[in-house]
Amino acid sequence: MSELHIVVCGSIVPDPLQTLAPMEGPTGWALKNEMMLPAVLDPWAGHALYEAAALAKKHPGSRVWLVSLAPKAKLQQVMMAVSQKAPFELVVADGPASGFTDSFETARVLAGAIKGIAGLDTGKLLLFGGWQSASRGSGAVMQMVGEMLGVTEQFQGVDKLTLRDDGSMEVKERVEGGAYQISVVSGAPAVFGWATGELPEPPNNPQIGMQNMQKNMPALMQAKPADLSGSGLKLSAVAVPQQRRETRVVKDVPVDDMAREIVEWLKA
Amino acid sequence: MSNSTDTPEVPRAEMETDIVCVGFGPAAGGFLTTLTRGLMNEDGTPAVESAAMPGMPPQVICYERADDIGFGVSGVVTRGRAIRASFPDLDLSQIPMAQEVTDEKVVYLGDPVGASRRPTAFRLADKALSRWMEDDAFVLPYVPPFLKKHPGMIFSIGQFNQWVGSNLMGTGLAQIWPGSPVAAPLMEGGAVRGVRMADQGVGKDGTLTPGSMPGMDMKAALTVVADGPVGPVGRHLDRELGLPEGKHQHEWAIGMKCVVDLPEGCDWQPGTVLHTIGYPEPEIFGFLYVYPGNVASLGIFVPSWFDNPVRTAYRYMQHWMLHPYLWKRLQGGTLRSWGAKSLQESGRRGEPFLCGDGFARIGEGSGSTNVLTGSGVDEAWATGVMLGEAVLELMKAGKPFTGENLEATYVARRRASWVEAEAKVAEKSRDGFVSSVVRGFIGMGLTGLTGGLLNMPGVPRKPQDRIPTIEDYYEGYIAQGEVREIRAECARQGKPLHDALMDRVGWPQIPLDGTLLVSHQDALLMGGKVQAAPGYADHVRFADPYTCEACRERVCIEACSGQAISVNPEGGAPLFDREKCVHCGACIWNCSKSRPRDKERTNVRFLAGSGGLHSVEN
Repeated sequence: MSELHIVVCGSIVPDPLQTLAPMEGPTGWALKNEMMLPAVLDPWAGHALYEAAALAKKHPGSRVWLVSLAPKAKLQQVMMAVSQKAPFELVVADGPASGFTDSFETARVLAGAIKGIAGLDTGKLLLFGGWQSASRGSGAVMQMVGEMLGVTEQFQGVDKLTLRDDGSMEVKERVEGGAYQISVVSGAPAVFGWATGELPEPPNNPQIGMQNMQKNMPALMQAKPADLSGSGLKLSAVAVPQQRRETRVVKDVPVDDMAREIVEWLKA
Repeated sequence: MSNSTDTPEVPRAEMETDIVCVGFGPAAGGFLTTLTRGLMNEDGTPAVESAAMPGMPPQVICYERADDIGFGVSGVVTRGRAIRASFPDLDLSQIPMAQEVTDEKVVYLGDPVGASRRPTAFRLADKALSRWMEDDAFVLPYVPPFLKKHPGMIFSIGQFNQWVGSNLMGTGLAQIWPGSPVAAPLMEGGAVRGVRMADQGVGKDGTLTPGSMPGMDMKAALTVVADGPVGPVGRHLDRELGLPEGKHQHEWAIGMKCVVDLPEGCDWQPGTVLHTIGYPEPEIFGFLYVYPGNVASLGIFVPSWFDNPVRTAYRYMQHWMLHPYLWKRLQGGTLRSWGAKSLQESGRRGEPFLCGDGFARIGEGSGSTNVLTGSGVDEAWATGVMLGEAVLELMKAGKPFTGENLEATYVARRRASWVEAEAKVAEKSRDGFVSSVVRGFIGMGLTGLTGGLLNMPGVPRKPQDRIPTIEDYYEGYIAQGEVREIRAECARQGKPLHDALMDRVGWPQIPLDGTLLVSHQDALLMGGKVQAAPGYADHVRFADPYTCEACRERVCIEACSGQAISVNPEGGAPLFDREKCVHCGACIWNCSKSRPRDKERTNVRFLAGSGGLHSVEN
């Protein structure tokens, strides 16, 4: 495979161990003292970024963008630490990162920012992000960003991505029960929601940091406020599920009987 | 070029910049704020040109050891003269946790538990003042002018640094890199040619492995040393260059503090400042500042002249908080943040060589703290401003950063400044503490009230030379045989001695409540949020393990602010746990033994390290 165009979606979250207190303010829910809380790059997004950087290093000519929806002043501070870890180009949408923003709205802003990246070849696009988030636990944003960009090959809970010579990619995903599923996708574009990956956090490299910030500081300065007003959203309906499952604990039921019962339940 | 013996000679990446600054505290804030304002013309062209990157404005890099700017520093009350001069339109509401001083008190605290070791003068004072005491405390009718901070401001240095750092980064004229510990200056004879970053991916002892990343050498025409009193670059220079004739750094203190959500109904108003004396021990001072939003920063100073070999700041701080005068307002509060920091208390007398070829020193590590007024932040800021002005003057004149040129610009400004004039007054103010706490207080009063004309005499001694044995300290309180038994039992349990000894002499157990009164280890997690990135070497080491083996005081273990230094069950040097260290540097001076081949220094080696506090509220 030739050069890659990897876009990593990732924002900031409060530094681990901080005490978080949700509070309702004039603009909706937020974290108490959010701008005072020390922040770090979301660990899930961090794994995605380090995997992206490692892949790009193996494929000369590749480019990595980090697309971040976060308050730019706070993001700037976090970037001084993150940018020492791996080379990337920063794309910023200035907005809250408290975890109280609607997932669809967040996805819409991120997708819009990605569409605006000059030089991005969507035919080569590998869209990376966290499978989960330390502040947004729904795990839905990456899927929606992919859909908004028309990328239908999607993998979640990825721990390993191996690029083959023919351009296809082998993906190792976490699935239920602590098992892994290995899939092969014929090539880009594709979405990868990373779990922890397999790489350690890179050391701080001041040279990489300086190279990054020379081009990323203007992106921070010029970041435009993101529209997260929710004006495009409307509540359609709320309903409880039609079907409810009753859980029983039974022993020594033959597998065939269990399968039969499940099929009957599904048919019902 | 000679390098630190703590970093092996291997091929290293190199970069070149114009100015490299080590440490981002108030001094560096003052320096960078002043410098960056003068680097560009009003028309947007560079006022001076970079030598490292011709055509560009000078490249200015600042390396901060902690994982973010504003981590691991302290709450402060200051008159803020220099800070206000830099920001004439300063709006404190723009800085979280900042507030004008509205009320200031000095409070003499009596001894409600009967365990405080009070000299006769304090006992007489307790008796004489008892009729006016409320909650075992006497509020002095006036604040001595030399202590007064009103009009002034209180703020969290963590928040202040973040605000300053954010403004600086916004200019695009200075880069502040957190998580970047600097190991040592790059020296060429007596000149400094830049700095070497700490190695990463190394073993605990600093050994490089195939996966290691040797620290980069950042070369610069000017190295600004602002890494505080325990920073490795400043201390390396002190070791290599020595101190000027007549100077020493023998006096220290640990400031341990916490930020507390005050209980509902607490009657302390925002802007309240308390200075306390007398309790838990007469040598220990307390402070409390009330921020907006019913939040207070409070804590104690434990000085090196408090000759207790088991001087645990943490437990003393809890006893101080439990004093009835304070506790009736603190009870029901919640710990938000906690931390500790060493303070260089020699002031102007500890002033190192302020400059030389290729380097200049600013801030607390340059001896700028006023030891009479107990003020250091504003003075540190002022020294940074003075260096910023001097550097701009030299660059605009096209002059190199030689020792001579820096002497004529930076040092000349310092000598003519209010910082210097006031530091001269303060220089001998604490000499009385050499012999006793009572003479110390009288000495401070004499110096303060006479403008330095009269001082209590005394010749400060090295901390390691004044720490008594545990048996001597507790003579008359605990029999030597019993001390032996307590020591043996604590050794068997792998525990430090301070709790057992304090319990024995009558200090009550701390009634832990899980919210404000928490165990020391809980304070690390709940308050300090202490963390350490992997891949760095242990930054606390012991120069001579045989000296540690023979040591019976082990003050380093007793006084360690984070319980990072602990008893080694196998004997020899104590154990060090990097993930608990708050980088306060107290171990440097809380050691009762000189280094075998360097009697000026203790047996503890404190090197460049990463991690520590992850709180920005302190």
